[in-house]
Amino acid sequence: MKLSKSPWLLHYDASSCNGCDIEVLAATTPRFDVERFGIINTGNPKHADILVITGGVNNQAKSVVKQIYSQMPEPKVVVAAGICACDGGIFKDCYNIMGGVDKVIPVDVYVPGCAVRPEALIDGVVKALAILDQKRDAMKSHAACEINYDKNSDTKEKNQA
Amino acid sequence: MSNRSVVPFGPQHPVLPEPIHLDLVLEDEVVVDAIPSIGFVHRGLEKLVEVKDFNEMAYVAERICGICSYGHGFGYCDAVEHIMNIEIPPRAQYLRTILFEMSRLHSHMLWFGLLADGFGFESLFMDAWRIREKLLDMLEEATGGRVIFSINKIGGMRRDIPKEMLKSFRQRLEDLTEDLKVTVRTLLEDPAVKSRLSGVGVLTADEVETLGAAGPFLRGSGIRRDSRKLGYLAYDDIDFDIITHNDGDTYARTYVRAMEILQSVDIIKQAIEKTPAGEVDVPVKGFPNGEYMTRIEQPRGEACYYVKANGKKFLERMRVRTPTFANIPALTASLRGSELADIPILILAIDPCISCTER
Ligand code: SF4
Repeated sequence: MKLSKSPWLLHYDASSCNGCDIEVLAATTPRFDVERFGIINTGNPKHADILVITGGVNNQAKSVVKQIYSQMPEPKVVVAAGICACDGGIFKDCYNIMGGVDKVIPVDVYVPGCAVRPEALIDGVVKALAILDQKRDAMKSHAACEINYDKNSDTKEKNQA
Repeated sequence: MSNRSVVPFGPQHPVLPEPIHLDLVLEDEVVVDAIPSIGFVHRGLEKLVEVKDFNEMAYVAERICGICSYGHGFGYCDAVEHIMNIEIPPRAQYLRTILFEMSRLHSHMLWFGLLADGFGFESLFMDAWRIREKLLDMLEEATGGRVIFSINKIGGMRRDIPKEMLKSFRQRLEDLTEDLKVTVRTLLEDPAVKSRLSGVGVLTADEVETLGAAGPFLRGSGIRRDSRKLGYLAYDDIDFDIITHNDGDTYARTYVRAMEILQSVDIIKQAIEKTPAGEVDVPVKGFPNGEYMTRIEQPRGEACYYVKANGKKFLERMRVRTPTFANIPALTASLRGSELADIPILILAIDPCISCTER
Protein backbone atom coordinates (compact mmCIF):
# COMPACT_ATOMS: atom_id res chain seq x y z
CA MET A 1 0.00 0.00 0.00
CA LYS A 2 1.21 3.48 -0.81
CA LEU A 3 0.84 6.16 1.82
CA SER A 4 -0.37 9.39 0.30
CA LYS A 5 1.19 11.26 3.20
CA SER A 6 2.75 10.66 6.60
CA PRO A 7 -0.03 11.76 8.90
CA TRP A 8 0.75 13.33 12.25
CA LEU A 9 -1.22 12.11 15.21
CA LEU A 10 -2.56 13.97 18.16
CA HIS A 11 -3.39 11.82 21.13
CA TYR A 12 -5.77 12.89 23.88
CA ASP A 13 -6.94 11.02 26.95
CA ALA A 14 -10.61 11.85 27.43
CA SER A 15 -11.33 10.07 30.72
CA SER A 16 -9.84 6.68 29.93
CA CYS A 17 -8.14 4.34 32.37
CA ASN A 18 -4.92 5.10 30.44
CA GLY A 19 -4.47 1.45 29.45
CA CYS A 20 -5.32 2.46 25.91
CA ASP A 21 -3.09 5.53 26.09
CA ILE A 22 0.02 3.56 26.85
CA GLU A 23 -0.83 1.28 23.93
CA VAL A 24 -1.10 4.32 21.66
CA LEU A 25 2.35 5.37 22.83
CA ALA A 26 3.64 1.81 22.47
CA ALA A 27 2.66 1.91 18.80
CA THR A 28 5.30 4.60 18.23
CA THR A 29 8.11 2.73 20.02
CA PRO A 30 10.54 0.17 18.55
CA ARG A 31 8.36 -2.96 18.50
CA PHE A 32 5.63 -1.42 16.34
CA ASP A 33 7.47 1.70 15.29
CA VAL A 34 5.00 3.68 13.21
CA GLU A 35 7.55 6.50 13.24
CA ARG A 36 9.43 4.71 10.47
CA PHE A 37 6.58 5.76 8.16
CA GLY A 38 6.93 9.33 9.32
CA ILE A 39 3.86 9.04 11.50
CA ILE A 40 4.66 11.26 14.44
CA ASN A 41 2.85 11.72 17.70
CA THR A 42 2.72 15.51 17.89
CA GLY A 43 1.64 17.54 20.87
CA ASN A 44 0.14 20.38 18.89
CA PRO A 45 -3.43 20.21 17.55
CA LYS A 46 -2.54 22.65 14.79
CA HIS A 47 0.00 20.21 13.35
CA ALA A 48 -2.20 17.13 13.51
CA ASP A 49 -4.11 15.26 10.81
CA ILE A 50 -5.52 12.44 12.88
CA LEU A 51 -6.92 12.73 16.38
CA VAL A 52 -6.52 9.49 18.33
CA ILE A 53 -8.77 9.73 21.31
CA THR A 54 -9.32 7.31 24.18
CA GLY A 55 -11.90 7.10 26.94
CA GLY A 56 -15.60 7.71 27.33
CA VAL A 57 -15.40 11.52 27.80
CA ASN A 58 -16.65 12.95 31.08
CA ASN A 59 -18.37 16.28 31.59
CA GLN A 60 -15.20 18.16 32.32
CA ALA A 61 -13.27 16.72 29.37
CA LYS A 62 -16.11 17.52 26.95
CA SER A 63 -15.14 21.11 26.28
CA VAL A 64 -11.45 20.20 26.01
CA VAL A 65 -12.21 17.57 23.37
CA LYS A 66 -14.33 20.01 21.40
CA GLN A 67 -11.66 22.66 21.59
CA ILE A 68 -8.84 20.39 20.48
CA TYR A 69 -10.97 19.14 17.60
CA SER A 70 -11.82 22.67 16.48
CA GLN A 71 -8.14 23.67 16.56
CA MET A 72 -7.13 20.96 14.10
CA PRO A 73 -6.92 22.11 10.47
CA GLU A 74 -9.14 20.55 7.79
CA PRO A 75 -9.13 17.82 6.56
CA LYS A 76 -9.07 15.90 9.84
CA VAL A 77 -10.02 12.40 10.94
CA VAL A 78 -10.93 11.11 14.38
CA VAL A 79 -10.00 7.61 15.58
CA ALA A 80 -11.74 6.34 18.71
CA ALA A 81 -9.27 3.95 20.37
CA GLY A 82 -10.56 1.35 22.83
CA ILE A 83 -14.03 0.24 23.73
CA CYS A 84 -14.42 3.14 26.17
CA ALA A 85 -13.98 5.64 23.36
CA CYS A 86 -16.34 3.65 21.13
CA ASP A 87 -19.30 3.50 23.51
CA GLY A 88 -18.22 3.96 27.13
CA GLY A 89 -17.16 0.34 27.68
CA ILE A 90 -16.97 -0.79 31.28
CA PHE A 91 -17.64 2.76 32.49
CA LYS A 92 -20.83 3.13 30.51
CA ASP A 93 -22.98 3.13 33.65
CA CYS A 94 -20.87 5.72 35.47
CA TYR A 95 -22.71 8.94 36.33
CA ASN A 96 -20.02 11.11 34.84
CA ILE A 97 -19.40 9.43 31.50
CA MET A 98 -20.99 10.61 28.25
CA GLY A 99 -20.59 7.14 26.72
CA GLY A 100 -18.32 7.46 23.73
CA VAL A 101 -16.43 10.12 21.84
CA ASP A 102 -19.11 10.31 19.15
CA LYS A 103 -21.45 11.96 21.63
CA VAL A 104 -19.19 15.01 21.46
CA ILE A 105 -17.38 15.12 18.11
CA PRO A 106 -17.83 13.14 14.88
CA VAL A 107 -15.81 9.90 14.84
CA ASP A 108 -14.57 8.31 11.61
CA VAL A 109 -12.89 5.09 12.74
CA TYR A 110 -13.80 2.92 15.74
CA VAL A 111 -11.08 0.62 17.10
CA PRO A 112 -12.46 -1.67 19.84
CA GLY A 113 -10.46 -3.58 22.43
CA CYS A 114 -9.83 -3.29 26.14
CA ALA A 115 -7.08 -2.29 26.00
CA VAL A 116 -6.78 -1.61 22.29
CA ARG A 117 -3.89 -3.58 20.81
CA PRO A 118 -1.22 -1.58 18.99
CA GLU A 119 -1.72 -3.75 15.88
CA ALA A 120 -5.42 -2.90 15.85
CA LEU A 121 -4.64 0.75 16.36
CA ILE A 122 -2.23 0.80 13.44
CA ASP A 123 -4.90 -0.83 11.30
CA GLY A 124 -7.29 1.89 12.41
CA VAL A 125 -4.84 4.62 11.50
CA VAL A 126 -4.37 3.11 8.04
CA LYS A 127 -8.14 3.17 7.57
CA ALA A 128 -8.18 6.74 8.83
CA LEU A 129 -5.61 7.63 6.22
CA ALA A 130 -7.91 6.47 3.43
CA ILE A 131 -10.68 8.63 4.88
CA LEU A 132 -8.29 11.54 5.13
CA ASP A 133 -7.56 11.16 1.39
CA GLN A 134 -11.26 11.16 0.56
CA LYS A 135 -11.84 14.25 2.63
CA ARG A 136 -8.95 16.02 0.98
CA ASP A 137 -10.21 15.12 -2.50
CA ALA A 138 -13.64 16.37 -1.56
CA MET A 139 -12.11 19.66 -0.50
CA LYS A 140 -10.15 19.93 -3.73
CA SER A 141 -13.14 19.35 -5.94
CA HIS A 142 -14.99 22.03 -4.07
CA ALA A 143 -15.24 24.87 -6.57
CA ALA A 144 -14.15 27.56 -4.14
CA CYS A 145 -10.85 25.84 -3.52
CA GLU A 146 -9.95 25.45 -7.16
CA ILE A 147 -7.54 28.02 -8.44
CA ASN A 148 -7.72 28.21 -12.17
CA TYR A 149 -4.62 30.01 -13.26
CA ASP A 150 -5.83 30.52 -16.85
CA LYS A 151 -8.99 32.11 -15.61
CA ASN A 152 -6.98 34.26 -13.29
CA SER A 153 -4.88 35.58 -16.11
CA ASP A 154 -8.09 36.27 -18.02
CA THR A 155 -9.43 38.41 -15.28
CA LYS A 156 -6.08 40.09 -14.97
CA GLU A 157 -6.18 41.11 -18.60
CA LYS A 158 -9.74 42.29 -18.21
CA ASN A 159 -8.78 44.29 -15.19
CA GLN A 160 -5.97 45.90 -17.06
CA ALA A 161 -8.16 46.65 -20.01
CA MET B 1 9.94 45.03 40.15
CA SER B 2 9.09 41.88 38.37
CA ASN B 3 5.69 41.18 36.95
CA ARG B 4 3.51 38.26 37.83
CA SER B 5 1.93 36.25 35.07
CA VAL B 6 -0.10 33.06 34.98
CA VAL B 7 0.78 30.32 32.53
CA PRO B 8 -1.78 27.57 32.04
CA PHE B 9 -0.18 24.11 31.83
CA GLY B 10 -2.34 21.33 30.41
CA PRO B 11 -4.78 19.61 30.29
CA GLN B 12 -3.51 18.80 26.81
CA HIS B 13 0.28 19.12 26.85
CA PRO B 14 3.04 17.35 24.88
CA VAL B 15 4.77 15.88 27.93
CA LEU B 16 1.57 14.74 29.59
CA PRO B 17 0.14 11.44 28.42
CA GLU B 18 -2.79 12.17 30.72
CA PRO B 19 -4.69 15.36 31.38
CA ILE B 20 -4.08 17.48 34.45
CA HIS B 21 -4.26 21.23 34.61
CA LEU B 22 -1.90 23.51 36.53
CA ASP B 23 -2.05 27.26 36.77
CA LEU B 24 1.55 28.32 37.13
CA VAL B 25 2.02 31.74 38.70
CA LEU B 26 5.32 33.10 37.46
CA GLU B 27 7.60 35.89 38.49
CA ASP B 28 9.89 36.19 35.50
CA GLU B 29 11.11 32.61 34.99
CA VAL B 30 10.45 31.42 38.52
CA VAL B 31 7.30 29.65 39.61
CA VAL B 32 5.92 31.23 42.77
CA ASP B 33 2.79 29.15 42.94
CA ALA B 34 1.19 26.20 41.21
CA ILE B 35 -2.53 25.62 41.48
CA PRO B 36 -3.63 22.18 40.30
CA SER B 37 -7.11 21.40 39.07
CA ILE B 38 -8.15 17.85 38.40
CA GLY B 39 -11.22 16.00 37.22
CA PHE B 40 -10.58 15.43 33.52
CA VAL B 41 -10.53 11.66 33.90
CA HIS B 42 -12.90 11.25 36.80
CA ARG B 43 -15.27 8.42 35.88
CA GLY B 44 -16.85 7.73 39.23
CA LEU B 45 -16.19 4.01 39.09
CA GLU B 46 -16.53 3.55 42.84
CA LYS B 47 -20.25 3.96 42.39
CA LEU B 48 -20.31 1.03 40.00
CA VAL B 49 -20.55 -1.25 43.07
CA GLU B 50 -24.29 -0.65 42.79
CA VAL B 51 -24.59 -2.25 39.37
CA LYS B 52 -21.73 -4.76 39.26
CA ASP B 53 -21.59 -7.58 41.78
CA PHE B 54 -18.60 -8.19 44.00
CA ASN B 55 -17.01 -10.66 41.59
CA GLU B 56 -17.32 -8.36 38.59
CA MET B 57 -15.91 -5.45 40.59
CA ALA B 58 -12.50 -7.15 40.49
CA TYR B 59 -12.39 -6.34 36.78
CA VAL B 60 -13.67 -2.81 37.31
CA ALA B 61 -11.04 -2.21 40.01
CA GLU B 62 -8.39 -3.30 37.57
CA ARG B 63 -9.48 -0.56 35.19
CA ILE B 64 -8.85 2.20 37.69
CA CYS B 65 -5.58 2.60 35.86
CA GLY B 66 -4.00 0.78 32.95
CA ILE B 67 -0.43 1.05 34.24
CA CYS B 68 -0.86 -0.26 37.78
CA SER B 69 -3.83 -2.41 36.74
CA TYR B 70 -2.45 -5.56 38.31
CA GLY B 71 -2.09 -4.01 41.75
CA HIS B 72 -5.58 -2.54 41.72
CA GLY B 73 -7.14 -5.88 40.86
CA PHE B 74 -5.11 -7.62 43.52
CA GLY B 75 -5.75 -4.99 46.21
CA TYR B 76 -9.49 -5.23 45.75
CA CYS B 77 -9.49 -9.05 45.74
CA ASP B 78 -7.32 -9.08 48.85
CA ALA B 79 -9.75 -6.85 50.75
CA VAL B 80 -12.76 -8.99 49.82
CA GLU B 81 -10.86 -12.19 50.61
CA HIS B 82 -10.10 -10.86 54.08
CA ILE B 83 -13.76 -10.05 54.67
CA MET B 84 -14.77 -13.55 53.57
CA ASN B 85 -11.94 -15.21 55.51
CA ILE B 86 -10.56 -16.87 52.42
CA GLU B 87 -7.05 -18.23 52.70
CA ILE B 88 -5.57 -18.38 49.23
CA PRO B 89 -3.16 -21.26 48.46
CA PRO B 90 0.60 -20.66 48.76
CA ARG B 91 1.19 -21.16 45.03
CA ALA B 92 -1.28 -18.40 44.24
CA GLN B 93 0.47 -16.14 46.78
CA TYR B 94 3.76 -16.63 44.99
CA LEU B 95 2.35 -16.26 41.50
CA ARG B 96 0.64 -13.05 42.59
CA THR B 97 3.96 -11.78 43.93
CA ILE B 98 5.72 -12.60 40.67
CA LEU B 99 3.10 -10.89 38.56
CA PHE B 100 2.97 -7.89 40.88
CA GLU B 101 6.69 -7.36 40.54
CA MET B 102 6.48 -7.84 36.78
CA SER B 103 3.87 -5.14 36.62
CA ARG B 104 6.01 -2.88 38.79
CA LEU B 105 8.86 -3.52 36.39
CA HIS B 106 6.82 -2.59 33.34
CA SER B 107 5.42 0.47 35.10
CA HIS B 108 8.88 1.68 36.08
CA MET B 109 10.21 1.13 32.57
CA LEU B 110 7.31 3.15 31.23
CA TRP B 111 8.13 5.98 33.63
CA PHE B 112 11.79 5.69 32.74
CA GLY B 113 11.03 6.26 29.07
CA LEU B 114 8.67 9.16 29.68
CA LEU B 115 11.18 10.89 31.94
CA ALA B 116 13.93 10.51 29.35
CA ASP B 117 11.56 11.89 26.72
CA GLY B 118 10.73 14.76 29.08
CA PHE B 119 14.23 16.17 28.84
CA GLY B 120 14.74 15.26 25.23
CA PHE B 121 16.75 12.03 25.56
CA GLU B 122 14.74 10.38 22.81
CA SER B 123 16.99 7.36 22.27
CA LEU B 124 16.84 6.40 25.94
CA PHE B 125 13.06 6.65 25.78
CA MET B 126 12.96 4.25 22.86
CA ASP B 127 15.41 1.92 24.54
CA ALA B 128 13.37 1.73 27.74
CA TRP B 129 10.21 0.98 25.81
CA ARG B 130 12.00 -1.65 23.73
CA ILE B 131 12.93 -3.50 26.91
CA ARG B 132 9.43 -2.97 28.27
CA GLU B 133 7.96 -4.83 25.29
CA LYS B 134 9.89 -7.94 26.36
CA LEU B 135 8.34 -7.69 29.81
CA LEU B 136 4.91 -7.25 28.28
CA ASP B 137 5.50 -10.40 26.23
CA MET B 138 6.00 -12.35 29.43
CA LEU B 139 2.93 -10.82 31.05
CA GLU B 140 0.90 -11.60 27.96
CA GLU B 141 2.04 -15.22 27.94
CA ALA B 142 1.13 -15.61 31.59
CA THR B 143 -2.15 -13.71 31.68
CA GLY B 144 -3.37 -13.15 28.13
CA GLY B 145 -3.29 -9.36 28.24
CA ARG B 146 -0.70 -6.70 27.66
CA VAL B 147 -1.99 -4.01 29.98
CA ILE B 148 -5.23 -5.27 31.47
CA PHE B 149 -4.61 -8.73 32.90
CA SER B 150 -7.78 -9.77 34.73
CA ILE B 151 -6.02 -12.79 36.17
CA ASN B 152 -7.00 -12.26 39.80
CA LYS B 153 -10.38 -13.28 41.05
CA ILE B 154 -11.85 -13.52 44.51
CA GLY B 155 -10.34 -16.70 45.89
CA GLY B 156 -7.15 -16.92 43.86
CA MET B 157 -6.22 -16.78 40.21
CA ARG B 158 -8.12 -17.56 37.07
CA ARG B 159 -5.32 -19.70 35.70
CA ASP B 160 -2.04 -21.25 36.70
CA ILE B 161 1.33 -20.34 35.27
CA PRO B 162 3.00 -23.61 34.21
CA LYS B 163 6.39 -24.59 35.58
CA GLU B 164 8.16 -24.42 32.22
CA MET B 165 6.86 -20.91 31.66
CA LEU B 166 8.21 -19.76 35.00
CA LYS B 167 11.55 -21.30 34.13
CA SER B 168 11.65 -19.51 30.82
CA PHE B 169 10.76 -16.21 32.57
CA ARG B 170 13.72 -16.70 34.84
CA GLN B 171 16.02 -17.24 31.91
CA ARG B 172 14.65 -14.30 29.97
CA LEU B 173 15.00 -11.99 32.95
CA GLU B 174 18.56 -13.19 33.34
CA ASP B 175 19.22 -12.24 29.72
CA LEU B 176 17.55 -8.87 30.19
CA THR B 177 19.51 -7.93 33.29
CA GLU B 178 22.56 -6.75 31.39
CA ASP B 179 20.41 -4.58 29.12
CA LEU B 180 18.58 -3.14 32.10
CA LYS B 181 21.81 -2.34 33.90
CA VAL B 182 23.21 -0.47 30.91
CA THR B 183 20.03 1.57 30.54
CA VAL B 184 19.81 2.40 34.22
CA ARG B 185 23.47 3.34 34.31
CA THR B 186 22.98 5.64 31.34
CA LEU B 187 20.24 7.50 33.14
CA LEU B 188 21.99 7.74 36.47
CA GLU B 189 25.51 8.49 35.33
CA ASP B 190 25.13 10.63 32.24
CA PRO B 191 26.53 14.07 33.17
CA ALA B 192 23.88 15.92 31.17
CA VAL B 193 21.10 14.03 32.89
CA LYS B 194 22.70 14.57 36.28
CA SER B 195 23.02 18.30 35.82
CA ARG B 196 19.40 18.48 34.71
CA LEU B 197 18.07 16.59 37.72
CA SER B 198 20.37 17.40 40.65
CA GLY B 199 19.30 20.10 43.06
CA VAL B 200 15.93 20.55 41.34
CA GLY B 201 12.75 20.55 43.44
CA VAL B 202 14.38 19.74 46.78
CA LEU B 203 12.09 18.65 49.62
CA THR B 204 13.38 17.60 53.03
CA ALA B 205 12.28 14.46 54.84
CA ASP B 206 10.17 16.58 57.16
CA GLU B 207 8.40 18.29 54.30
CA VAL B 208 7.49 15.17 52.36
CA GLU B 209 6.31 13.52 55.53
CA THR B 210 4.01 16.38 56.57
CA LEU B 211 2.70 16.76 53.03
CA GLY B 212 1.85 13.07 53.01
CA ALA B 213 3.83 11.94 49.98
CA ALA B 214 4.10 8.26 49.12
CA GLY B 215 6.39 5.76 47.46
CA PRO B 216 9.64 6.72 45.75
CA PHE B 217 8.85 10.40 46.36
CA LEU B 218 9.06 9.69 50.09
CA ARG B 219 12.02 7.35 49.83
CA GLY B 220 13.89 9.88 47.68
CA SER B 221 13.95 12.15 50.73
CA GLY B 222 15.45 9.49 52.92
CA ILE B 223 12.39 8.00 54.61
CA ARG B 224 12.47 4.24 54.84
CA ARG B 225 8.90 3.25 54.21
CA ASP B 226 7.73 0.58 51.83
CA SER B 227 4.41 -1.19 52.31
CA ARG B 228 5.84 -4.39 50.87
CA LYS B 229 7.53 -4.77 54.25
CA LEU B 230 4.07 -5.18 55.81
CA GLY B 231 4.45 -8.76 54.68
CA TYR B 232 1.49 -9.40 52.44
CA LEU B 233 1.72 -12.05 49.69
CA ALA B 234 5.11 -13.73 49.73
CA TYR B 235 7.17 -10.60 50.46
CA ASP B 236 8.05 -11.82 53.94
CA ASP B 237 10.00 -14.76 52.53
CA ILE B 238 11.90 -12.63 50.08
CA ASP B 239 15.13 -10.90 50.83
CA PHE B 240 15.10 -7.27 49.76
CA ASP B 241 16.06 -3.89 51.13
CA ILE B 242 14.18 -0.61 51.03
CA ILE B 243 15.96 1.66 48.57
CA THR B 244 16.35 5.23 49.73
CA HIS B 245 18.33 8.33 48.85
CA ASN B 246 18.98 11.29 51.11
CA ASP B 247 19.17 14.24 48.73
CA GLY B 248 15.44 14.82 48.31
CA ASP B 249 15.84 16.28 44.81
CA THR B 250 14.63 15.03 41.44
CA TYR B 251 17.78 13.02 40.98
CA ALA B 252 17.15 11.20 44.26
CA ARG B 253 13.61 10.28 43.22
CA THR B 254 14.92 9.08 39.88
CA TYR B 255 17.62 7.07 41.60
CA VAL B 256 15.14 5.29 43.87
CA ARG B 257 12.87 4.29 41.01
CA ALA B 258 15.70 3.26 38.73
CA MET B 259 17.27 1.06 41.40
CA GLU B 260 13.88 -0.48 42.11
CA ILE B 261 13.89 -1.72 38.53
CA LEU B 262 16.91 -3.88 39.26
CA GLN B 263 15.51 -4.85 42.65
CA SER B 264 12.26 -6.07 41.10
CA VAL B 265 14.17 -8.39 38.78
CA ASP B 266 15.87 -9.85 41.81
CA ILE B 267 12.59 -10.28 43.70
CA ILE B 268 10.99 -12.06 40.75
CA LYS B 269 13.94 -14.44 40.47
CA GLN B 270 13.78 -15.27 44.17
CA ALA B 271 10.02 -15.78 44.04
CA ILE B 272 10.26 -18.09 41.03
CA GLU B 273 12.83 -20.20 42.91
CA LYS B 274 10.55 -20.56 45.91
CA THR B 275 7.19 -21.07 44.20
CA PRO B 276 5.60 -24.21 45.67
CA ALA B 277 3.39 -26.61 43.72
CA GLY B 278 -0.34 -26.86 44.30
CA GLU B 279 -3.68 -25.29 43.58
CA VAL B 280 -4.10 -21.66 42.57
CA ASP B 281 -7.62 -21.02 43.77
CA VAL B 282 -10.17 -22.04 46.37
CA PRO B 283 -13.94 -22.23 45.90
CA VAL B 284 -15.86 -19.18 47.10
CA LYS B 285 -19.28 -19.55 48.69
CA GLY B 286 -21.72 -16.94 49.92
CA PHE B 287 -21.47 -13.17 49.93
CA PRO B 288 -19.07 -10.95 51.86
CA ASN B 289 -20.20 -9.31 55.07
CA GLY B 290 -18.05 -6.80 56.95
CA GLU B 291 -15.39 -4.26 56.13
CA TYR B 292 -11.67 -4.27 55.53
CA MET B 293 -8.86 -2.05 54.34
CA THR B 294 -5.88 -3.40 52.44
CA ARG B 295 -2.61 -1.52 52.09
CA ILE B 296 -0.25 -2.43 49.29
CA GLU B 297 2.80 -0.90 47.68
CA GLN B 298 2.01 0.12 44.11
CA PRO B 299 4.78 1.26 41.76
CA ARG B 300 3.98 4.88 42.69
CA GLY B 301 3.57 4.35 46.42
CA GLU B 302 1.13 3.07 48.95
CA ALA B 303 -2.43 2.42 47.82
CA CYS B 304 -5.34 1.56 50.13
CA TYR B 305 -8.50 -0.34 49.24
CA TYR B 306 -11.45 -0.06 51.54
CA VAL B 307 -14.39 -2.41 51.01
CA LYS B 308 -17.64 -2.48 52.97
CA ALA B 309 -20.11 -5.29 52.40
CA ASN B 310 -23.41 -6.20 54.00
CA GLY B 311 -23.97 -9.83 53.04
CA LYS B 312 -25.50 -9.02 49.67
CA LYS B 313 -24.32 -9.64 46.15
CA PHE B 314 -23.57 -5.96 45.68
CA LEU B 315 -21.09 -4.22 47.93
CA GLU B 316 -22.06 -1.23 49.97
CA ARG B 317 -18.94 0.81 49.32
CA MET B 318 -15.55 0.59 47.71
CA ARG B 319 -13.03 3.33 48.23
CA VAL B 320 -9.54 3.56 46.82
CA ARG B 321 -6.81 5.89 47.95
CA THR B 322 -4.06 6.12 45.38
CA PRO B 323 -0.46 7.29 45.67
CA THR B 324 -0.52 10.06 43.07
CA PHE B 325 -3.38 11.78 44.87
CA ALA B 326 -1.28 11.73 48.02
CA ASN B 327 1.68 13.09 46.09
CA ILE B 328 0.00 16.15 44.61
CA PRO B 329 0.45 18.48 47.64
CA ALA B 330 4.13 17.60 47.82
CA LEU B 331 4.43 18.01 44.06
CA THR B 332 3.03 21.54 44.11
CA ALA B 333 5.39 22.34 46.98
CA SER B 334 8.34 21.14 44.93
CA LEU B 335 7.22 23.25 41.95
CA ARG B 336 7.32 26.46 43.98
CA GLY B 337 10.58 28.25 43.49
CA SER B 338 11.71 26.24 40.48
CA GLU B 339 12.25 27.44 36.93
CA LEU B 340 9.50 27.16 34.35
CA ALA B 341 11.69 24.94 32.16
CA ASP B 342 12.03 22.38 34.95
CA ILE B 343 8.30 21.94 35.45
CA PRO B 344 7.85 18.97 33.06
CA ILE B 345 10.75 17.10 34.69
CA LEU B 346 9.48 17.75 38.19
CA ILE B 347 6.06 16.45 37.26
CA LEU B 348 7.39 13.41 35.42
CA ALA B 349 9.80 12.53 38.24
CA ILE B 350 6.93 11.61 40.56
CA ASP B 351 5.50 9.37 37.83
CA PRO B 352 2.03 10.88 38.04
CA CYS B 353 -0.89 8.63 37.29
CA ILE B 354 -3.92 10.80 36.80
CA SER B 355 -6.36 7.96 36.13
CA CYS B 356 -5.58 6.55 39.57
CA THR B 357 -5.89 9.95 41.17
CA GLU B 358 -9.33 10.67 39.83
CA ARG B 359 -10.77 7.19 39.33
S1 SF4 C 1 -10.97 0.36 26.76
FE1 SF4 C 1 -10.23 -0.70 28.61
S2 SF4 C 1 -8.04 -0.26 28.64
FE2 SF4 C 1 -8.97 1.21 27.26
S3 SF4 C 1 -9.39 3.02 28.47
FE3 SF4 C 1 -11.24 1.73 28.52
S4 SF4 C 1 -11.06 0.45 30.33
FE4 SF4 C 1 -9.04 1.29 29.90
